[in-house]
Amino acid sequence: MSEHETAPIVALTDAARHFGPVRALDGVSLSVAPGDCLGLVGHNGAGKSTLVNLINGTFGPSGGQVAFPQGSEGVRSVFQELSLCPNLTVAENLRIPHPGLKRPGWRRIARAEIRASLDAVFPGHGIDADSEVDTLSIAERQMVEIAIGFAPRGGAARLVILDEPTSALDAGIAEQLLAHIRRFCEGGGAVIFISHMLGEVFSVASRIIVLKDGRIVAEREAAGFTRQGLVDAMGHVAAETGGTAAPARGTADEIVIRTAEGLVARRGEIVGLSGLAGHGQAAALARLFLSQTSDWRAGRAPRAVFVAGDRPRDGVLPLWSILRNISISVLRRDAWRGLVNREAERRVAEDWRRRIGIRTDNLDNPLLSLSGGNQQKVLFARALASDAPLVVMDDPMRGVDVGTKQDVYAMIRTEAAAGRTFLWYSTETEEVCQCDRVFVFRNHAISAELTGADITEEKILEASFEMQEAS
Amino acid sequence: MSTAPTKSALLQGFTRPWIWAWLAAALAFAATLGLTSGRGAGELAYAALSFGAFAAIVGMGQMLVITLGPGNVDLSIPATMTLAATLALKTMGSDPGTAMLGLAVALAVGLAVGLANFALIYLLRLPPIIATLAASLVYQSVAIWSNRGLRIKPPEGLADFATGRFLGLPNVAWVGLALAIAVWVVLERSVWGRWLLASGQNLRAARLAGVPVEAVRAATYVAVAVMAALAGYLLASFSGGAALNMGGEYLLMSIAVVVIGGSSIAGGNSNVPGVWGAALFMFLVVSTLNSYGAGAGVRNLLTGAIIIAIVIAASTRRVRR
Repeated sequence: MSEHETAPIVALTDAARHFGPVRALDGVSLSVAPGDCLGLVGHNGAGKSTLVNLINGTFGPSGGQVAFPQGSEGVRSVFQELSLCPNLTVAENLRIPHPGLKRPGWRRIARAEIRASLDAVFPGHGIDADSEVDTLSIAERQMVEIAIGFAPRGGAARLVILDEPTSALDAGIAEQLLAHIRRFCEGGGAVIFISHMLGEVFSVASRIIVLKDGRIVAEREAAGFTRQGLVDAMGHVAAETGGTAAPARGTADEIVIRTAEGLVARRGEIVGLSGLAGHGQAAALARLFLSQTSDWRAGRAPRAVFVAGDRPRDGVLPLWSILRNISISVLRRDAWRGLVNREAERRVAEDWRRRIGIRTDNLDNPLLSLSGGNQQKVLFARALASDAPLVVMDDPMRGVDVGTKQDVYAMIRTEAAAGRTFLWYSTETEEVCQCDRVFVFRNHAISAELTGADITEEKILEASFEMQEAS
Repeated sequence: MSTAPTKSALLQGFTRPWIWAWLAAALAFAATLGLTSGRGAGELAYAALSFGAFAAIVGMGQMLVITLGPGNVDLSIPATMTLAATLALKTMGSDPGTAMLGLAVALAVGLAVGLANFALIYLLRLPPIIATLAASLVYQSVAIWSNRGLRIKPPEGLADFATGRFLGLPNVAWVGLALAIAVWVVLERSVWGRWLLASGQNLRAARLAGVPVEAVRAATYVAVAVMAALAGYLLASFSGGAALNMGGEYLLMSIAVVVIGGSSIAGGNSNVPGVWGAALFMFLVVSTLNSYGAGAGVRNLLTGAIIIAIVIAASTRRVRR
């Protein structure tokens, strides 16, 4: 019996998960026992979400083991991306993961159960179990999602994984959640708590694991960490590359762009946007690009061009050849009486194929015949082939291999030296360290502006995380 | 470019979706002639070109709109045809020498209708299906109100032109052919055509690549309405006057010829020769079934089945490519 109580709920042994050549999780061993509250930190792409998905069974491991010694019932996940059905009521949403609610009259049971769970986690919540989810605020939806995670659902919650649960909650509600987590763990439940709010991690976790590049780089009792120690453990990607990014400052100090949020870029400057993913950088970039160009008119010389990172959504024209995908942004410049100058089109495309090294023997091949990295090069060629003075890049190096990255960095430097301005959002700190000036975003606002020698991983991380104490 | 593909031209031809519409049209043609053992081939071809021209003109307009991508379609084509024809004939009042004035009125109606349709879509953010269908009720009502049951004959010269021939081919077919060449040039050779095709593949990506997508959409909705108005003007002149139900059959027809012609219903890909082939086919299949003595019910049933078969044939070829 006592053995049963201390046996882990989930144990990972050297678990790995690869997506093609990407090692999202590269041999992780950990176990979570009843009563544990495990804090999980690490920056974007460190492998946190992959780890969560391995535990909740979204996909299996590529190597190693994920074991549930007492079975996997009662293991729940609460995701940051809200997963409720907006057109159903709060109570109806409980039915979806609830195996017991099958018979007529289930609504009454569902109402009572979700009400009890909400009352337990968030006393005084004021959420009606019969209101439809799309009438609730983001915070209320997050609360419902958490309550569903902790609800009995025909059994009992034994391990609840909370991925950024407080990002939409205000301090008071978040404190209620933290208190509930403590009670839950004291009662023999287990929690994996993922958050970028280090203060919360410290206040609730009994043990903290730091993930970096798919591996555990530190695992200690919470008391064994200091705030600074935690930030240091997460960081240090670009220590060796920091020196190579010698600022190739533009010739003039002419300001090319200045936005209401405080983003400033000068001619010939490479400006980085950094911070944690989803803190408003991509939206700020898209807004900026759209404000510089028009839905209604396209001149011969556009003011800005865009390099998409989310290729299928923002970049690729899937039915077309490589040639047409490259030339779309320069057609107007070379056109004669509204007709495409096909000779110039091919010349430009051939030129850029050579310069950026697109691996194809025929530009008339479909774009989708290329690998992801080569498609990305096409999108770079599309933007750089134009004469636009401003190049907006939305995390453009996704799926690009290391060698190409170095080529593209060099190309960006050359183009910047020739007077172009680059706005570069990246989730990889190494890339941000290539920039002349960096704006760090937190909660959809700029929290720091760094230049020159101040652009270091530590400074960026510091500005990305909410530090309640002065540091 | 110097390394031209060495595949045989014939083999390549079969991978082009428009070939199926033309094959089907040829088959239907042969089937009818088989019954008459070859007599009346010229008359049948002439009739097919005459009636096919109207379907081809509205079909090319519909093709441009469908190329804009999922959800884009113009259901106001019949009402636009009726309204343009009614107002043009009323203006001309059967007076000789007014043909050009009537044409100008018809095209102006098309322009106004296109702008109104796009205004509903853009300003009120209505889905194009709803916007154009609802607006077509208004256009139809205006046509009824201004027509008041009168049947005005077209000016004699215009009627002669619409029913006449040049170099053995019907004049309306020449108009349809000229329009087809113009549409082809716009789609394949012009910047605007590239913008249209890009918008239809991925509107957001096109916008982020610098395409003025709203201007492209507006111009497309105006183009389809102007082409419908032209078809209405020609059809009324051809058939001796405007009738309130004259556009009725062109609602489904315009969409059917686009699909049979091999344009992608998902947008981003259009096909001018296919529209003409499909327009001829749509006429020929009905006349074939007629000449075999099929009743109205059987005729509709077989027409539907044949359309489905051709769409399947054309789309499977495309997938394999």
